[in-house]
Amino acid sequence: MTEPAMPPESVQDARMRRRNQAERRFKLYGQLAIGIAVSFLAILLISISLRATAAFSRHLLVLDLPAAEFTDTKNIGITDLNLAVRADLLSAFPELSDNRSERAELFALSPRLAVLPVLRKLQTRPVDAESPVRARLALSDDVDLYLKNEIRTHRALHVGEAGRLARLSTGAYRLSDAGQDSFITFQDRLAEPGSPNQDILISLSGALFELADTAGASMILNHLAGPVPELGEQGSRPVTAIFLSSDSADRPLSNRQVAILILMRDAEMIERRFNASLFTNADSTYPELAGAAAAIVGSLFTMLITAIFAIPIGIFAAIYLEEFAPKSRLTSAIEVNINNLAAVPSIIFGLLGAAVFLNTFDLPRSVPLVGGLVLGLLVLPTIIIASRAALRSVPPSMREAALGLGASKSQAVFHHVLPLAAPGILTGAIIAMARALGETAPLLLIGMVAFVSDVPTSPNDEATVLPVLIYKWFSGSERAWEPMTAAIIIILLAILIAMNLVAVLLRRRFERRW
Amino acid sequence: MLQTIGHLPIGWLLIAPLAAAGFFAFSFGRTEVGALPIGSTIGARLHSQPNYHGYFLAFSTILPAALIFLAYLLFAENYVRGALHSELPDYLLARGPEQVDLFIERVANYAGQRNIEDTGNLLFDASVDRYAILKGQARLVALAIAIVAALGGFFIGRRPLNRSFPARTYVEQTITALLFVCAAIAILTTVGIVLSLVYETLRFFSLPDGPGVFEFLFGTDWNAQTSQNFGAVPLFFGTLMIALLAMCVAVPVGLFAAIYLSEYASPRFRSWVKPILELLAGIPTVVYGFFAAALIAPLVRNLAQWVNSLPFTPDNFLAAQPTSALAAGLIMGVMIIPFVSSLSDDVINAVPQPLRDGALAVGATQSETIKQVVLPAAFPGIVAAVLLAMSRAIGETMIVVMAAGGRALITLDPTSDITTVTYQIVSLLTGDTAFDSAKTISAFALGFALFGITLLFNVIALRVVKRYREAYD
Repeated sequence: MTEPAMPPESVQDARMRRRNQAERRFKLYGQLAIGIAVSFLAILLISISLRATAAFSRHLLVLDLPAAEFTDTKNIGITDLNLAVRADLLSAFPELSDNRSERAELFALSPRLAVLPVLRKLQTRPVDAESPVRARLALSDDVDLYLKNEIRTHRALHVGEAGRLARLSTGAYRLSDAGQDSFITFQDRLAEPGSPNQDILISLSGALFELADTAGASMILNHLAGPVPELGEQGSRPVTAIFLSSDSADRPLSNRQVAILILMRDAEMIERRFNASLFTNADSTYPELAGAAAAIVGSLFTMLITAIFAIPIGIFAAIYLEEFAPKSRLTSAIEVNINNLAAVPSIIFGLLGAAVFLNTFDLPRSVPLVGGLVLGLLVLPTIIIASRAALRSVPPSMREAALGLGASKSQAVFHHVLPLAAPGILTGAIIAMARALGETAPLLLIGMVAFVSDVPTSPNDEATVLPVLIYKWFSGSERAWEPMTAAIIIILLAILIAMNLVAVLLRRRFERRW
Repeated sequence: MLQTIGHLPIGWLLIAPLAAAGFFAFSFGRTEVGALPIGSTIGARLHSQPNYHGYFLAFSTILPAALIFLAYLLFAENYVRGALHSELPDYLLARGPEQVDLFIERVANYAGQRNIEDTGNLLFDASVDRYAILKGQARLVALAIAIVAALGGFFIGRRPLNRSFPARTYVEQTITALLFVCAAIAILTTVGIVLSLVYETLRFFSLPDGPGVFEFLFGTDWNAQTSQNFGAVPLFFGTLMIALLAMCVAVPVGLFAAIYLSEYASPRFRSWVKPILELLAGIPTVVYGFFAAALIAPLVRNLAQWVNSLPFTPDNFLAAQPTSALAAGLIMGVMIIPFVSSLSDDVINAVPQPLRDGALAVGATQSETIKQVVLPAAFPGIVAAVLLAMSRAIGETMIVVMAAGGRALITLDPTSDITTVTYQIVSLLTGDTAFDSAKTISAFALGFALFGITLLFNVIALRVVKRYREAYD
């Protein structure tokens, strides 16, 4: 039995097959290119969003301060409030009050200026002397990051039951087991090859110790935080080991601070809340206190100036060039010039602003007024080109009909052509404003990168804008700046996408095909 | 009194009375002509509608005052600072013009703040007071002249109003002139750019401690921040290298995307994918910079370290810096994809359909048609698109500021942190206010070079595109 022989492939078939393969390959390249571009966009948006999530919530330390100290709300300052906060912290951790460096570790969890919002609240609202004042304080950026990421990687292990606790002359403690050799099993486990080499905390009836050494059936412990249980027999209380995920040398927090955080968390002194201060606070050198409010307002003022300056001028210039300009050398020069201007790098406009507005006309640095003018010049060509396209799309019959009925040239343009072109012009203007909103480089050159701690109240106040704030926060050295930068990027992108959506919807709604 | 006026945030408030005066003049002119009894004067019919008389009167009232206002905005600050400068004591002037300018700048900034308190520095406080007084004087003078001009304009403009007065003609002429002024602002911008760049560049080359033109253009040692070495070749090299890296990403991806979208894709697919690609162009460059520096640069570094650890490469084969030309170039390429794709898309679509039909009819496959007929026909346009994209890449700032480095090196190693023209401009001009050190002015010379190169690319590209459009239209 032989299978029917396949007819030999002719030369032409082979060629055709190769050509078809080439065809498929070529098509695949195209699909691949689109795939690359789209997936890059997806990766960019997803990775930035993932990074941003950490910054939209944050941990706050909740303390109930005695109201009696704050009845005289006029005269309390940051220092008074800080003293009260510290006293409250010490009353929660009395065992730390004797040692200066231990106190410092406790107080370092929350920055001094974290009491500012509480102070503002106290100054505006009368204090009820009976009920305590609830203070929510920002924790320092390192603490916040630890609570967000690392604390979840702690592993707890039940070691055994406690026997006797004794204090050594060095200040350390010796804890022996309840006689079941459970500590020895634990030590053998630690000695196993491959067991990670991290810091280990030992928890015994509400106190946390650091495992300093092991000695047979007992452990040598350094006290970190929490009330030390009475020395002597512990009555078989459970002993738990907490494996930290890092070595204290590799992290900004000490073991004692981690222990305090664990105790605070168990005592529900720490709350995770929506990070509203990201929107309500002005900039700060502390990431945990910084917010984008000043930059958002600065962006608004800058956009206002840009809009007032560039949109009317751009539309009028487009009307002139499209409807009134005689076909002369000058007009064609203006045309070429506008096309070229649209492609000039944005940083050149920054140089123009620095040389002309700041140096020649002595306008103030770092103000939205100058920033808005520079951005206005930058987007002017875009607006002119978009408006011209919109005007051009209005059919000549509209003009001719108006002129035929006796309207003058400008009546025809302003009463008939312009209203018909308005949706297109508006779309172009919105897209140009979106571009201006995202522009950074020219603003750096006119000083809008200065540190501004107040929310600006007029276009003539020192201010910064959202994209510049992104650049500034990105340059900050603390790790906490990164999620915050990502968070304001998300805010900026949301605004930009909203503007573009409005433009698209406008176009869909009002676009007329002639 | 003067002092309080000088401390006011800005003369924005002047705009409101100006607008009110304009509105008043408009309604006055309109009613005055409208109220004339029919047949009382020369013609029985109005030459222009009452509204135009109103506009005429409003223009003649507002325009002179607005010009005064503009002149105040442009020149008052200069005048006030000059006057303050002439009143400063000699011992301050002896410190040199740079210090004096800085002092005046600080005074002006402080006087512009919301709450003024004594700083304890007597000279400074006195200068702040004096500055406010001078500014108040300037404001009052400007205001007085503006009021006189507005009143004069109103009464002069009112006189010729009657039925036969061709108000519409004048109004329309004025409007056309205003429109022309608006169009001329675009030209003025270019003139401003060129003049300021040329002026500062000339100043830079004539500085005693500045370099010669030859040293600037061909010197290979750049260290503007600390010493006075202004050889810009490393910057041009870095700029070109990063731009070329970007083109390596943008041209193939953008071109193939354009070909697929215009030749293969269904209209539905096209209507979805095109806006997505354009979204890439709408993302602010500072966001790309963050992405490049925070995500791509570490990847590039790890990759470079891995290459270094390979057995057949020397240990320091690649620089493996935390910020690198490769990271910046790659992301810049992604940013430029939509430029290349949408411009190429346009030119490919402009190729007449009969050319394609002819090729298909003689048996060419679709890809053969594209490769041998469509692309050659579209070639000049594609070149123009690439040139425009290249000019965009050369002028791009934020990505290189955040993801590339600050070291002026000439090296082909893409993982080193080489610097660019735009990076140097930003680092030279942020923070420093004084415009007379060679360091700051060198930024303008760099800007001039940048402007010249990108302009050349743009002009060539736009010409090609224009000629190309004419060929098929």
